[in-house]
Amino acid sequence: MGSQGGIGQSKEFLDLVKSIGEARSKAEEDRIVLGEIETLKRRLVEPGIPKRKMKEYIIRLVYIEMLGHDASFGYIHAVKMTHDDSLFLKRTGYLAVTLFLNEDHDLIILIVNTIQKDLKSDNFLIVCAALNAVCKLINEETIPAVLPQVVELLGHQKEAVRKKAIMALHRFHQKSPSSVSHLVSNFRKRLCDNDPGVMGATLCPLLDLVNRDVSSFKDLVVSFVSILKQVAEHRLPKTYDYHQLPAPFIQIRLLKILGLLGSGDKQASEQMYMVVGDIFRKCDSSSNIGNAVLYQCVCCVSSIHPNPKLLESAADVIARFLKSDSHNLKYLGIDALGRLIKLSPEIAEQHQLAVIDCLEDPDDTLKRKTFELLHKMTKSSNVEVIVDRMIDYMISINDNHYKTDIVSRCVELAEQFAPSNQWFIQTMNRVFEHAGDLVNIKVAHNLMHLIAEGFGEDDDTEYTHLRSSAVDSYLRIIGAPKLPSVFLQVICWVLGEYGTADGKYSASYITGKLCDVAEAYSNDETVKAYAVTALMKIYACEMAAGRTVDILPECQTLIEELSASHSTDLQQRAYELQAVIALDAQTVENILPSDASSKEIEIDKNLPFLNDHVERAIEKGAQPYIPESERSGFSSASYLNSQDLHEVPPSHGLRFEAYELPKQPSVPLTTPPVSIGSSNELIPVPEPTYNRGTQAAVSLPSSSNAGPAEVKLRLDGVQKRWGRPTYSSSSASTSAAASQDTINGVTPPDGATTVTPAISKGRETTYEPTRKTQQAVEISPEKQKLAASLFGGSSKQERKSSLGGGHKTAAKPTGGHAAEAPAKKMAAPVQQPPPPDLLDLGEMTVATTGPLIDPFKQLEGLLDSVELASSTKNHVDVSAAKGPDAMAFYGDSATTVEQGGHHFSSIDDVDNLVSGLSSATTDASSGGGIPTSQLTTQNSKGPNLKDALQKDALVRQMGVNPSSQNPNLFKDLLG
Amino acid sequence: MINFVCLISRQGKVRLTKWYSTYSQKERSKAIRELSGVILSRGPKLCNFVDWKGHKVVYKRYASLYFCICIDEEDNELEALEVIHHFVEILDRYFGSVCELDLIFNFHKAYYILDELLIAGELQESSKRTIAKLISAQDNLVEVAKEEASSLSNIIAQATK
Repeated sequence: MGSQGGIGQSKEFLDLVKSIGEARSKAEEDRIVLGEIETLKRRLVEPGIPKRKMKEYIIRLVYIEMLGHDASFGYIHAVKMTHDDSLFLKRTGYLAVTLFLNEDHDLIILIVNTIQKDLKSDNFLIVCAALNAVCKLINEETIPAVLPQVVELLGHQKEAVRKKAIMALHRFHQKSPSSVSHLVSNFRKRLCDNDPGVMGATLCPLLDLVNRDVSSFKDLVVSFVSILKQVAEHRLPKTYDYHQLPAPFIQIRLLKILGLLGSGDKQASEQMYMVVGDIFRKCDSSSNIGNAVLYQCVCCVSSIHPNPKLLESAADVIARFLKSDSHNLKYLGIDALGRLIKLSPEIAEQHQLAVIDCLEDPDDTLKRKTFELLHKMTKSSNVEVIVDRMIDYMISINDNHYKTDIVSRCVELAEQFAPSNQWFIQTMNRVFEHAGDLVNIKVAHNLMHLIAEGFGEDDDTEYTHLRSSAVDSYLRIIGAPKLPSVFLQVICWVLGEYGTADGKYSASYITGKLCDVAEAYSNDETVKAYAVTALMKIYACEMAAGRTVDILPECQTLIEELSASHSTDLQQRAYELQAVIALDAQTVENILPSDASSKEIEIDKNLPFLNDHVERAIEKGAQPYIPESERSGFSSASYLNSQDLHEVPPSHGLRFEAYELPKQPSVPLTTPPVSIGSSNELIPVPEPTYNRGTQAAVSLPSSSNAGPAEVKLRLDGVQKRWGRPTYSSSSASTSAAASQDTINGVTPPDGATTVTPAISKGRETTYEPTRKTQQAVEISPEKQKLAASLFGGSSKQERKSSLGGGHKTAAKPTGGHAAEAPAKKMAAPVQQPPPPDLLDLGEMTVATTGPLIDPFKQLEGLLDSVELASSTKNHVDVSAAKGPDAMAFYGDSATTVEQGGHHFSSIDDVDNLVSGLSSATTDASSGGGIPTSQLTTQNSKGPNLKDALQKDALVRQMGVNPSSQNPNLFKDLLG
Repeated sequence: MINFVCLISRQGKVRLTKWYSTYSQKERSKAIRELSGVILSRGPKLCNFVDWKGHKVVYKRYASLYFCICIDEEDNELEALEVIHHFVEILDRYFGSVCELDLIFNFHKAYYILDELLIAGELQESSKRTIAKLISAQDNLVEVAKEEASSLSNIIAQATK
């Protein structure tokens, strides 16, 4: 049968293949292929190409496509070839289209018809070819077109057809489970097919179905078990043997299904024990495929209801895998160990050295698998070693995908099992330093929160010590080049809050550092914002302490530069900073109290302190504030007055989302609301009632009968930008309220709840008692130590002390010793102190013995810095309120927020909030002379909506979807 | 489930690719490029599995050719390795001690065989004999068709003389 050299292919094609084979470089290969593409493009449009020739062209197209070039110009010819009557060409056509087209390609529609016809063919080979195409090309929409025929083919006399039909249905099920959900009985019937191949194929869809809904297939357990038994007993035809093993692929599939069915079901599991045990015994462990079956058995055993005897066999298999020289088997052994360790944790101990070998193996894949295993067996006793190892590895790799993965694992483990705050902060610093950009921003917020609050203990010295050590480490790190943005944010925040708190560093030193950061990362606005706010906090702290603030020249330049920044946020912060510096110490202390980042602020949304001011303004003739809900009718009316009615629809035609329901005015109207409740946008709201209500409230002249309902509903968005100033400002004030709301609900409480309990839980976890196995003498002490710290982690000492300690002061030192103790024990014969890199104890001890004196303790509670409060202050104080009242600006008696939270979320939301606030205050004072630079800049800078609309309209006029890939295709077809 | 199969020569040249999940042309070239970089540089004693974007790629080298198969995270790697071997055995039987050259010049035949072995990303047939029977049936039919075609053209040629 060997048709060497490609009989029936032209010399041209053979030359092409040869020349590509001989190409020395990728560039040369590309050149040849491009030349070939040109040739084919030319040839394919020639009239009257003989079919044989055409077939070869198609195969050449396949070749081009395989080499990674675009052959889409010829797809249509492949499609046409499927229409041919002879199998000879049809087969090539189908092969080409299955290789060329994805299921979402436009040309699929042209093939469906052919497929339908071919599925009915008398020649089973044509049916097979069509079914191959069905599996690849039919998408969710075209399933109904072929489904009935495919189902009919389940009863075809040829087993090859039945098999492919089953697989096609399997594919349909993957794409759209509902389309074949009524066919489950057919699958069950095919399970009893005479042909083992069909039966084996049926297991694929059944595996999927069982995976989706275990309970409805429990009755099949008996059948699966008996099939597996027969297969294992060699009852299938010899041809299904593979390396002397009876139908191993079918066995593996059955074991997968049984694993699912037996999961958490004692009764079902008991039916399987026998046969699985048999396979364990019979399987030949010298061949690859035998090991594949054994591995699947272990997976099955670890998922079904545990049986001691089977667990034992599984443990034996794992031991054999791990001891093997083959990396493949080691890999599987590690994986299997990870599965079994949940059921019997003690199994890991006998393999500890093998695991450590794998961890140090040069093979990356094996290493990663081992980290996965370690991740599963992390406890509070070995978390330090494991996370340390993970971070070391993370630093050493470049693959971002995996880096992200391992970083999230580190963070998860650290948050869950951290033995001390100190350790947690150090670990997080390392993670941020090396992979900050891959870390979720929430993790950074958690870290700040932790530094601000500790874990909720009340020991002040511990606190301050924690903070000053954080400050120390950050000042050390800050000079490093190219730190990730997230990490810099944390650094700036911590320096701003606590940089000068312990008196070790002068304000000018810290501010200098902050300026350096802002300069070095001048294109990162978030970092700059954090830096500026930190500067402000430090200055405020200095002023409140009664010292004179001397602003470094570089800080001065920075502030000036930022007050002219393009970013309104940065501008805002710079102006705030200047305003705060200009205040007297008393006020500053009120608006930026020291160390209050996690104190709660009471918020009164009604802003009662502004009442006087508002009344005065109204007396002077200002418009009263109207809540948004009562305003919509009016605003639309006024909008309509100023705009030509006929221009409105087109400019609003570009909304793609559904229209929202009309808002019902919250204040009851005098006349009963007739149609508002009917909630259909197209029904016009009776104008008299609606308009009268709003107009009465507004007392502004406007034409009473403007504003058909359907137009009115669409105007809110535009009105904000183009409407009259009064309304835009009032709507801004409500949006400020809205953004306050969102801020109130954002991360801070979240951060608080996720970290604290998680960690405290970690500390409380009971340590599992573990036995030490005696190590062989020749094993290197390093490994033994590592093994000890990984596996033997907890000792009685530790448990005693952690129980006795109960809280942090006691727990920390003992945590360090406890980790050290077992290590020493293991290393005893060698008489060597544990190397610090394994256990990382050095810093721990420093931490516990370090000086706990805090010269600035008396300052605590006196000073702080809450940027949001200050921003409020900045705007409000001019108009009316005093410092303390500024807090109440945020007030809502119902909602309380932690100030720390404001810091965390403010960066993201500040734009909103700040602009909202400034406009709100301007509004309230009705032009009371507040500098509103932010407001104006924003107004002038907003995105140009009009342009965008015009552009969109143009695109629509063209009536083309620009993404359509191949306009020429259809021309070809029609021509 | 198998997401794709590809054959890469030791020089990094593509000999065959078959995609069972949806990948755009760009993603395809990128995948091949990345994988050949990773796989070709791996030492001989390392394990035959590579993590790749949340999937696993199982590969095996036969002479100068690497057979790679991309499977899901929860699949059995060793089984995938045997699927590769199964495929190679079938190719071997069909071409008679297959070599890279056979696949270079008859890649479309390799595709036909692959279509009988794998379908919709699953192994559809584990019996070598069944596959061989099917392939030869198709080949015979093609031969018949060729003869018919040539005889038909003969008739036409004679009739138009």
